[in-house]
Amino acid sequence: MAENTKVAGADLELIDVRKDFPGFTALDDMDLHIPAGQFFALLGPSGCGKTTTLRIVAGLETPTQGQVLIGGKDITNSKPHERPVNTVFQSYALFPHMTVLENIEFGLRQRKISDYQKLAKDALSLVELSHLGERRPQQLSGGQQQRVALARALVNRPSLLLLDEPLGALDLKLRRQMQIELKAIQLEVGLTFLHVTHDQEEAMDMADIVAVMNKGRIEQMGAPEVLYDRPKTAFVSKFLGQSNLFIGEVVEKNPTSVSIEVGGNKITVAKKRAEKHTGKIAIGVRPEKVDFHESKPRLSADHIVVGPGEIIDIRFTGVSNQYLIDIPNVGQVTVFAQNIGKSPETELGAKVWVSWKIEHSYGLADLPDGTEEA
Amino acid sequence: MRKFSIGRYVLPLYSLLALVFLLIPIVYTIIFSFNDSTRSNTVWEGFTLTHWVNVCSRQDVCEALNNSIFIGLVSTLFATILGTALAIALVRYSFKARSLVSLSLFLPMATPEVVMGAGLAGLFFNIGFAPGMVTTIIAHIMFCLSFVVVTVKARVQTLDPTLEEAGADLYANPRHVFTKITLPLLMPGIVSAALLSFALSFDDFIITYFNSGSVSTFPKYIYVAASRGVPAEANVIASAVFILAIVVVLATQIRGALKRAKLAK
Repeated sequence: MAENTKVAGADLELIDVRKDFPGFTALDDMDLHIPAGQFFALLGPSGCGKTTTLRIVAGLETPTQGQVLIGGKDITNSKPHERPVNTVFQSYALFPHMTVLENIEFGLRQRKISDYQKLAKDALSLVELSHLGERRPQQLSGGQQQRVALARALVNRPSLLLLDEPLGALDLKLRRQMQIELKAIQLEVGLTFLHVTHDQEEAMDMADIVAVMNKGRIEQMGAPEVLYDRPKTAFVSKFLGQSNLFIGEVVEKNPTSVSIEVGGNKITVAKKRAEKHTGKIAIGVRPEKVDFHESKPRLSADHIVVGPGEIIDIRFTGVSNQYLIDIPNVGQVTVFAQNIGKSPETELGAKVWVSWKIEHSYGLADLPDGTEEA
Repeated sequence: MRKFSIGRYVLPLYSLLALVFLLIPIVYTIIFSFNDSTRSNTVWEGFTLTHWVNVCSRQDVCEALNNSIFIGLVSTLFATILGTALAIALVRYSFKARSLVSLSLFLPMATPEVVMGAGLAGLFFNIGFAPGMVTTIIAHIMFCLSFVVVTVKARVQTLDPTLEEAGADLYANPRHVFTKITLPLLMPGIVSAALLSFALSFDDFIITYFNSGSVSTFPKYIYVAASRGVPAEANVIASAVFILAIVVVLATQIRGALKRAKLAK
């Protein structure tokens, strides 16, 4: 591609957007601002409202209330064909009665852009499919169709590119490869990308900012590392990676930390890493931050030790071993231990203590579903 | 030793017999189009091409044929346009009387033709509409419409609405989405509906008989002529229609096969 193809994307703003369908609310007063040039991911389980958000931005659904702004301009009432937005659909939606090149030219020709042929060819070479321009979409593999769909959207240089789980239909290996390519293309063209996915790895891998959605609301939004390191709700902590959660009454408070008591163990979290400081709260820690010991460890005061418990399951996953430890009156704790051949073999049924650094604890704003509020 | 299998011999034989049974009348018609007959075309009197070369020497045959073609084309045109619009509406939009419309479209297919023909004739008489070309065309549009809707509807149901959304997303206004995406994708269905519609109209005797007054159509002509002996020119036309249909079918098949071969390369 030539150097002058770098275009600035525009920022997207959703103000108080609500969408009611007969019988349920798909989006509940959503506010969202995506700065220009960002790779933004909306992550959530199916039915959380992420696709509805995308369709509202594309103009394929009308919000019940609220405003949609692109580059500061209110487009809430514009028709889809009037919006500076292009979509890569989950099913790709390539026109079967046109060749690959005709598909890519479609948007340009609708806007009466004179050198559509050259632009379409450039876009096709960007996705490295120049040799397949005369084929029909049905003759291409899933990965190739995905790239054509991407080229068809990108060629129009939209202010905002919407991606509706475009990698969902690909197998794992191809998906990883396409993720890398997609990210590279985004950096190259500098557009604003809004990517909708239910694959947390994909979202964390590609996006600058991830918004985790649940039941029509954004639960938490931030850089992937921040979301992973400090989830604020039980939903986020479970949806983004795995979590060990401990629930108990706050029994001790000092200026920097809060502790709860669970089954005779004291579990502490730094105050600045906790959303709630009183009553019944949930404290979590990621499985790879947890260590286990075959005798009660003597550790400095910045560690939490819980136990003893029994190893009830060991899983070999390649890079790490996954241990499931049942601790009486506390619950089950998952531990990921890197497979570096250092630790001695621990057998199923062994009596162990688990430990982690206080700085790795996080306190949630809510309790997991199924726990009663105190 | 090989076991004797009924399927191996009986089934092909049965199929062959069925095929022969189906083909005999057609072959008979074609052979007798070459019969050197003058008035009655029932006894073989020798081979001739005269009837093929001068089909229109019998003016009444050709006039009936022209009428049938004209009625077929006009009814097909109207039935296809109306039927396609109806099919899209029935699949894509929900409106109050949708199931009622759907149901009433089946009525012309379910009602015995005689009843329908007589009913229509009565209706035209009551509103003071003299039977003729116009009434015939109206009647034909009515019964062709049902078949067009059924055929096109099946196609609309398989059309992925995301394709139309993608069109709108790629800056096509609603009119362009329809002409550049919806219509081309429905075209195979629309073409088969039109062919079916023409065939039904061209072939129809009963409803036409009640509603055409003095206008002669090809099936009506044959019916009247049958009592006096059908002229060989009628055989010529029937054979020609049959051969034309076969050629069309073969051409489509060959075109499809060539296309597949090209794509497979």
